[in-house]
Amino acid sequence: MEQASAQPAHVHAPPQTFLRKHVFSLDHKVIGKQYYGLALVAVFTGMVLSWLMRFHLVWPAVKIPGLEFLAKGGAPGGVITPEYYLSLLTMHGTLMVFFVLTNAPFAGFGNYFLPIQIGAEDMAFPRFNMMSFWVTFVAFLVLLLAFFIPDGPPISGWTAYAPLSAIGNDAGPGLGWGQNLWAMSIAIFCIGQLLGSLNFIATTLDLRARGMSLMRMPICTWAWFVTACIGLLAFAVLLPACLLLLLDKLAGTSFFVPAGLVVSDRLQPHAGGSPLLWQHLFWFFGHPEVYIAILPAIGIVSHVLITSMRKPMLSAKVLIYSMMSIGFLSWMVWGHHMFVSGMNPFSSLLFSFPTLTITIPATIITLIWLGSLYGANLRINSASLFALGFVSMFVSGGVSGFFLAQPSIDIYLHATYFVVGHFHMVMGVAAIFGIFSGTYFWFPKMSGRMMNETLGKLHFWITFIGTYCIFMPFHYLGMAGNVRRYSSFVDDFMAPLMPLHKFISIAAFITGGAQLIFLYNLIHSRFRGAPATENPWEGTSLEWSMSSPPPWDNFGGRHPVVYHDPYQYGVKGSKGDYVMQDSAEQPATSS
Amino acid sequence: MGKLFAVVVTIIALVSAYPIVAHKYAQPEDISTHGHAIDEQLSDTMAEAGFAFLGAQLLLGFFVWKFSNRKPGSKVAHLPGGAKLMVATAFILVGTEVLALGVLGQKAWASVYFTPPKPDALQIQAQAGQFAFYFRYPGADGKFGALHPDKIDEGNGNYFGLDPANDIESRDDIVTGELAIPVNREIELLMHAKDVNHSFYVRELRIQQDFVPGLDLSIHFTATKIGKYEIVCTQLCGLGHYNMKAYLSVLSQEDFDKWMKQKASEQ
Repeated sequence: MEQASAQPAHVHAPPQTFLRKHVFSLDHKVIGKQYYGLALVAVFTGMVLSWLMRFHLVWPAVKIPGLEFLAKGGAPGGVITPEYYLSLLTMHGTLMVFFVLTNAPFAGFGNYFLPIQIGAEDMAFPRFNMMSFWVTFVAFLVLLLAFFIPDGPPISGWTAYAPLSAIGNDAGPGLGWGQNLWAMSIAIFCIGQLLGSLNFIATTLDLRARGMSLMRMPICTWAWFVTACIGLLAFAVLLPACLLLLLDKLAGTSFFVPAGLVVSDRLQPHAGGSPLLWQHLFWFFGHPEVYIAILPAIGIVSHVLITSMRKPMLSAKVLIYSMMSIGFLSWMVWGHHMFVSGMNPFSSLLFSFPTLTITIPATIITLIWLGSLYGANLRINSASLFALGFVSMFVSGGVSGFFLAQPSIDIYLHATYFVVGHFHMVMGVAAIFGIFSGTYFWFPKMSGRMMNETLGKLHFWITFIGTYCIFMPFHYLGMAGNVRRYSSFVDDFMAPLMPLHKFISIAAFITGGAQLIFLYNLIHSRFRGAPATENPWEGTSLEWSMSSPPPWDNFGGRHPVVYHDPYQYGVKGSKGDYVMQDSAEQPATSS
Repeated sequence: MGKLFAVVVTIIALVSAYPIVAHKYAQPEDISTHGHAIDEQLSDTMAEAGFAFLGAQLLLGFFVWKFSNRKPGSKVAHLPGGAKLMVATAFILVGTEVLALGVLGQKAWASVYFTPPKPDALQIQAQAGQFAFYFRYPGADGKFGALHPDKIDEGNGNYFGLDPANDIESRDDIVTGELAIPVNREIELLMHAKDVNHSFYVRELRIQQDFVPGLDLSIHFTATKIGKYEIVCTQLCGLGHYNMKAYLSVLSQEDFDKWMKQKASEQ
């Protein structure tokens, strides 16, 4: 593999002012932490929204104290209205998918560690990088603004299907300016991600240190790189889709609205648009987005597992090629979200086969993890527990994909809780386990202090068992035909399923509550944690070759030269059982 | 703590599988002629997915039990066969599974979508609007009158926008809020959306199909069991989505004829 020969130059001067150090910083490490912090705010907000939904589902008439002040129109007297339930659902999905699952594992950890792991001093375009975060931050504020306008947040779900999302308040509350703000927020978010993805790609290709061939990059660097390639294409489609939606709303165009619609007794002044066009554009982004969330987590977990197992994966190359195949196939499968949408039924078969085929690289990745565990010297700590939990979740969420990939079964399971269980496990919980694993693993490097292991393990056990208690029963509900996106179950059919719903809600409150242990651990350890050494986990990649936390220019003026593959564990004659990537003491290894 | 992880993963795997094996939350009884193909496909997939799920979880537990927190200085070993074995396993095992499921699944899908309705199928139009379903039967002339969206007037019961004053074909159309059909007779449902996306879902019929504004679709099915079943909307359509439902009455031919006569007299 060709090696990058150019040495990364000093890309910017050391920051002097408070603003430059902590707010408008050009430093990829600060920007990474900013993304992570934003994701943290978003994830707790999103979680509280899900609590409100779970509470309302099982105790629809019970007052939630204080809610009437927070959401005057949405919860008069503290009881959530059906439309406010849909607002919560929309905002929960949007916050989680965009501002948590995209921000933390990709933009957050990626920003912090990608340049370090390839031996660069910063990203290729530090100013773009700063801009990408602040643009994302503005997108976040614009989205939250929807909570505080008279119209309220949109009620069309995170998928914002047109024409519901495209015809304004005639179709319901929140669909006027609430929906406009949503579309603006997502459009702005796309700009941030496009800048970020470009930056990741340019950095990976251009700024690698001497000796850092592509195949010597750690698996997580590869994951971020592949994710950036997907993101560059996916967000480039969602951005114009949101702009077209805004034009339909504000400029009277009809991209997504056909003629002859009568809404609230009014014949809508539109003609010629196609509701399916929105679905195609949205899912053309939407399915790759799943991999934008999960690939970085796959990378992080592989990295953590290798370090904890004290041995390399059976084959890092196979893992990397599998991630690339997933990335490639992700462009051919969007139609599996639309089997019953009214799309030509012949195309359903065309979308079904690549979807089923994705199972093959996904299985290869899982088998590589499992096979690598064989004969390992596995160290159990919070980071490796969450990595193992991820593997378990990835399997559980993955196998339900078998069902939904088949159009004939989708006829029955589409729009039921089975789907909700599937994507929460494989995209939501699994990716979040990846984030947790990365946090426990890299916190010492990022802050210079260790996290509390006892609290970390407690956090793991409650979260691991709790998330299974929440999301596994969703599949059973779906099998029984329980429909999703209902604010209450007035159908006679669903009444017998209520006990299971109650169980899920209680599990959600406990599991969510346990996240406060994590938050406490994070904040407490940041200031009071035991000091971390340079390389607390005895890792081999470049991030462990510098002080914790790293100096502003990463390598303190040193130009690292890489001699080894990223995961040299169990090497005879080495100090301990590992060889650092930039160690010149051992004969060079090459791929 | 590795051993604890192994135990917990094993318990989770077994407890998760229990309700499936015990059929605790199985789909309701199938009342359609095509549904058995879907159900068979579902249970085949369940067997294969269940095998993969249990296999992977138990293996994960077993390896973590065996290879975690070993004595310091324990030598690491590598799986005989290595990555090649894993890739081959994935391709052979999953590849065949996937191919088999994909090919077999086509049949079930084809039985719903690729066979045209019989010429004598009973045509009924279904209209979905916020937040109710309405159904229209063509009446004695066997023809549906044309739709005029500008004439929709829900206050006066003109849900479809018919124009009986000028349109003879619409005069004998029968509009109802309930879908009544004769048992064992093929129905062709012509689906029309009045405002936004909706969906037609009858669990027992194993039918789910979106209503798409601007795009009139049709589905066909035959119900085989007399009874009353729920039709629910499964495409998010606004604040009343959770409450959008209607009933499907599957009647004997005799009862259906009676019902039809009564409805015709009410128009």
